[in-house]
Amino acid sequence: MVERRPWLDVLSHGILILGVIVIAFPVYVTFVASTLPLEEIMVAPMPLVPGDRLIENYSQALFAGTSTGSRAPVATMLFNSTVVALCITIGKIVISLISAFAIVYFRFPLRMFFFWMIFITLMLPVEVRIIPTFQVIADLGMLNTYAGLTLPLIASATATFLFRQFFMTIPDELAEAARMDGAGPMRFFWDVVVPLSKTSMAALFVIQFIYGWNQYLWPLLITTDESMYTAVIGIKRMIVGGDAANEWNLVMATAMLALLPPAVVVLVMQKWFVKGLVETEK
Amino acid sequence: MAAVSIRNVHKSFGPVKVIQGISMDIRDGEFVVMVGPSGCGKSTLLRMVAGLEEISSGEIAIGDRVVNNLEPKDRNIAMVFQNYALYPHMSVYDNMAYGLRIRGRTKADIDGRVQRAAEILELSALLKRRPRELSGGQRQRVAMGRAIVREPSVFLFDEPLSNLDAKLRVQMRSELQSLHQRLKTTTLYVTHDQVEAMTLAHRMLIMNAGRTEQIGAPLEVYQKPATTFVAGFIGSPPMNLIPGRIGEGGKVLAATGNGGVHVRLPEPRAAFDGREVLLGVRPEHFETCEPGAAMMNPDIDFIELLGSDSLVYGHLGVDKSGARVAARLHTSVVAKEGRLPLRFEARHMHLFDPESGKRLEG
Repeated sequence: MVERRPWLDVLSHGILILGVIVIAFPVYVTFVASTLPLEEIMVAPMPLVPGDRLIENYSQALFAGTSTGSRAPVATMLFNSTVVALCITIGKIVISLISAFAIVYFRFPLRMFFFWMIFITLMLPVEVRIIPTFQVIADLGMLNTYAGLTLPLIASATATFLFRQFFMTIPDELAEAARMDGAGPMRFFWDVVVPLSKTSMAALFVIQFIYGWNQYLWPLLITTDESMYTAVIGIKRMIVGGDAANEWNLVMATAMLALLPPAVVVLVMQKWFVKGLVETEK
Repeated sequence: MAAVSIRNVHKSFGPVKVIQGISMDIRDGEFVVMVGPSGCGKSTLLRMVAGLEEISSGEIAIGDRVVNNLEPKDRNIAMVFQNYALYPHMSVYDNMAYGLRIRGRTKADIDGRVQRAAEILELSALLKRRPRELSGGQRQRVAMGRAIVREPSVFLFDEPLSNLDAKLRVQMRSELQSLHQRLKTTTLYVTHDQVEAMTLAHRMLIMNAGRTEQIGAPLEVYQKPATTFVAGFIGSPPMNLIPGRIGEGGKVLAATGNGGVHVRLPEPRAAFDGREVLLGVRPEHFETCEPGAAMMNPDIDFIELLGSDSLVYGHLGVDKSGARVAARLHTSVVAKEGRLPLRFEARHMHLFDPESGKRLEG
């Protein structure tokens, strides 16, 4: 807005502050709960000031796990989640880059057919194909393995499509100039296409890392071994039944811990992320 | 260095025939400009020489090798693109060095060549910059540098100056010329700009709709256009083409249209007596004269004053349905309206066949 109207400033700030409160308050309550002893959480209303059990709760969650629900330490879960999210993210980026490169720069029979086949898989998310996928992974003996956790989630039509759109904006002359310079297709891919895609890759990294980190249904199905739990599944497994039976303080500490890595990724890659979404360096 | 030979080359994209049989022998060290309106196939022809387009039929040879089936990198050529096609993520130095690195030259060799090219093109201070930090003219020079460092036997330029502003274009044009004088590399240059073509070319290939209209030195093309297309394309404003029939034993042209206007020819052409022709006279070849000596008396429509000279637009005959005539006159004072007596020299008279558009000699 160009005009200066004080009451408009007050109003817009009011709305923004309201929005922040709506989003931040539950996180704050989670944090407070993670610093209290179990008995205090059970009191209604729950106190809204942080307690003194911060270190105890977090170290118990990280290294010992709950005594009533899952006994897996959260440190292992965080490690698993990181491995899974990174594998999914990097796998998706690599495969999408290569397939988009093939679709944009090579003329092969049925090129458009393959493109549309990839595109159509957008209509088949994990949830829809979950039973056959489970059967396949089970038959391959990949239950309770990192491969089983990540492989079915790696293929990505969205990322392929995004890279395709980006590649199509790279001027043809660049490919021709590289041909004149004597660069073969793969040389062109490494020396020109990949460096130019850096910002798109960064944006995808952020989106896909969060996607991978937040996977729930698939890991829930194929992990039965506690040592293979991811953090998101861990939270679920810690909650065993009735309200009183759970160590809510540890569950909340785990939730806080599970929140951190995606937040860190977003913060660290923020600059690149925005760049990748708005700007193309050409 | 090498000669380039284009032999009866055709190109079609599906059913569309873009190039329909073009032949030309380009001598070693020659600067040849391919010129024509957009869509005439000139860029396609250049890209076929480059190896970026397949040749539908015919042959292209560089040196004594037929290159039809050779990859661009094996043809020993370098190309400068219209939008420069610099690698945006590489520095000026890397842009120029890239092709050499791929060819596995030693570091010292690459560095020597890049530094030398940068010196020629006055890019030495800019070697560390990225393309986006350069102005249009500097990018253009980097693109040329990328071609120079390879020391190819043929340079190909695809409308390299068309993205520059008018002033820079003039400057780069003269730089190109001095560069060619210095390197003496065979050069094929595509443009739609006749001034570029006239100033740069040793010989030009004028194309229209995929065919050759004329091949010749710039002055030859200007003085003896082979077709009405060339006559209209080269020169600004274009050559006047007045349709009519030659009569009175070849002494006059009875202009087609109203009122039976006669144009007196400066030199009789008895051979064409009674024949329909197009009479061509360039605007700059008209002179004003006494009414008695006039060869034609067009009615003035309007005048554009350019300072050094003035452009007079008029028409022959009693109303505006007559043939249009434009004249570029050095006399600054011209009547604003009425009839303007004009004459021209016999050597500036061109006759064309109205059917085929071909030049009539004799």
